[in-house]
Amino acid sequence: MEQTQDAGAVVDIRGLNTRFGRNVVHDNVSLSVHPGEIFALVGSSGCGKSTLLRTIIMLLQPVSGSIRVFGQEVVGLRDEEALPLRRRWGVMFERGALFSSLTVAENVGMVLREHTQLSARLVAEVATMKIALTGLPADAGAKYPSELSGGMRKRAALARAIALDPELLFLDEPTAGLDPLSASGIDELVRSLRDALGLTIMMVTHDLDLLWRAADRVAVLGEGHILGIGTMTELSRSDHPIIREYFYGPRGRAAREQAWKKK
Amino acid sequence: MERVAETMTDEQIAQLVIETDTAPATAALSLRCAGAWIVQEIAQLERRLEALSMPGDGNVVIDGSAISALDTSGAWLLHRIIRKLEQRGRSVEINGLRPEFSALLQLVASSATAPENPLPPAPSLLARIGRHSWRHLLELSGMLSFIGECAIILLHSLARPHRIRWRPVLHNLQTAGFEALPITGLLSFLMGVVIAYQGADQLQRFGANVFIADLVGLTMLRELSPLLTAIIVAGRSGSAYAAQIGTMKITEEIDALRTIGVRPQELLVLPKMLALIIALPLLTVYTDATGVLGGMIMARAKLGVSFDVFLDRLGDAVSLSSFLTGICKAPVFAAIIALVGCHQGFQVTDSADSVGRQTTVSVVQSIFLVIVADALFSIAFNWLKI
Repeated sequence: MEQTQDAGAVVDIRGLNTRFGRNVVHDNVSLSVHPGEIFALVGSSGCGKSTLLRTIIMLLQPVSGSIRVFGQEVVGLRDEEALPLRRRWGVMFERGALFSSLTVAENVGMVLREHTQLSARLVAEVATMKIALTGLPADAGAKYPSELSGGMRKRAALARAIALDPELLFLDEPTAGLDPLSASGIDELVRSLRDALGLTIMMVTHDLDLLWRAADRVAVLGEGHILGIGTMTELSRSDHPIIREYFYGPRGRAAREQAWKKK
Repeated sequence: MERVAETMTDEQIAQLVIETDTAPATAALSLRCAGAWIVQEIAQLERRLEALSMPGDGNVVIDGSAISALDTSGAWLLHRIIRKLEQRGRSVEINGLRPEFSALLQLVASSATAPENPLPPAPSLLARIGRHSWRHLLELSGMLSFIGECAIILLHSLARPHRIRWRPVLHNLQTAGFEALPITGLLSFLMGVVIAYQGADQLQRFGANVFIADLVGLTMLRELSPLLTAIIVAGRSGSAYAAQIGTMKITEEIDALRTIGVRPQELLVLPKMLALIIALPLLTVYTDATGVLGGMIMARAKLGVSFDVFLDRLGDAVSLSSFLTGICKAPVFAAIIALVGCHQGFQVTDSADSVGRQTTVSVVQSIFLVIVADALFSIAFNWLKI
């Protein structure tokens, strides 16, 4: 695999190795995410997708390798140096990770208050606007996370992730645990956010429908390596056994057929 | 996209320039927007906007051609300016905005919702007192019904001892009892030292040195050591019970237990209560000993009362009933601590804040109730002349 840096990439990973004890999670993983694209990481459970995401957002330290985000090396970056970088990305966690003692509007507003000097009134207005952008009803802002359904919680988490208008958005399993209707709502939301706000989106997902409908490029992770990388159409022609199994399993076939029908 | 490539400099903060058109016939006001209208840069502009007045009452032309970057927050601010002008009946025309920026402005405008309802007025003092009292009454009745449930389950279990879960009982015995030995022992030892030290002066004045054994023995065995041990255990274990059960409630583990058909009280409360009822009297015996030991060492150092003399006197001074009055309080204290801790755990609602609050309440309440119970014991013993 090529080891040169990709200058224009938003996220650029070269030769990444991650280990938990003796368990090798990533073995020389390299990939890059281009500006404005929706990039998806897929792979079977436990193959290290979420670990890779957590490594990029500096929650985990890799053993070796380089990760550049907006051209800046994040491996070994100190917290104070990382702050400007953290402002430029938003993260949506798999289970929302909304602060349970704050209402949804306060959850979104907290990020704004923390990083800007906007007046309380503007913070409240912008938070309400972000909540509306993610398709939540107007009264959701005053509710606490525990009063929301799973799908609404995901949307609220997304509203918090885009609070600072990040240039890069990380989504961990945006559709996991949602009913098909809510999940397809999230598909459209992800795409429309990218189109409207010019975001670059990197997501981890198991959802084949979401992959077919929203992802521009997809990387398949397995056995610690990148098994394949490309558009869904390209990957579906791959002859790697694990990729074939992933896309041509019973569920994969149905999702693909549906995607063809749509086109 | 270009926003990614751009770096923000000081010159790029959001700006708004107001130009009154020189030709009076049109009476148009022209607003020229410039700089980066993004969330990090609009704070200053927003503050100045509050004080800004828009002269005239004719058309307004907004020139957005100099806006170098726009995000949703900036677009919202622009939308707010436009909306404000339109509310005053002025027509607004926007020129020169880049197509992607006007799309963003459209998006933000379309998601604008009706302003939120104003908060309901704060309740009056009387209403607040009423609500507070009502909440406390509910809490009290909740506590009583919890005690009732636990008592029923305890009776059920005692009728069928093979159903008692001994493994968690033993585990709790270890964590709440055995692991509390160092701290309770140390504190009670120090307490014995302090009492002997305080008493020594007074006794020496009367030449009644040997009565130090009475002083230390009776205060430690009857009152201090059961109370001290109960307070330490309430802080150590009562809080742990509340936090554990509270967290289990948030993660729906309590609901899971119910659906499996296990009563949460049976699995979570009963073993803790049984273990503490066994452990606390044992701990009290142990702290009796360490407390007296502390007093004994101090008596020799300060009053020259040797260990032999001290122990001799102790045997005469402290009757079996004095020892037992101290010990028999311990199981009651244990039940209070376990019940309050577990009950507060079950009171946790869905937020992390609530775990902290109920844990605090559990410690405060159990210490309070332990001291109240101790006072009741004193009155009862006084009546019974023990």
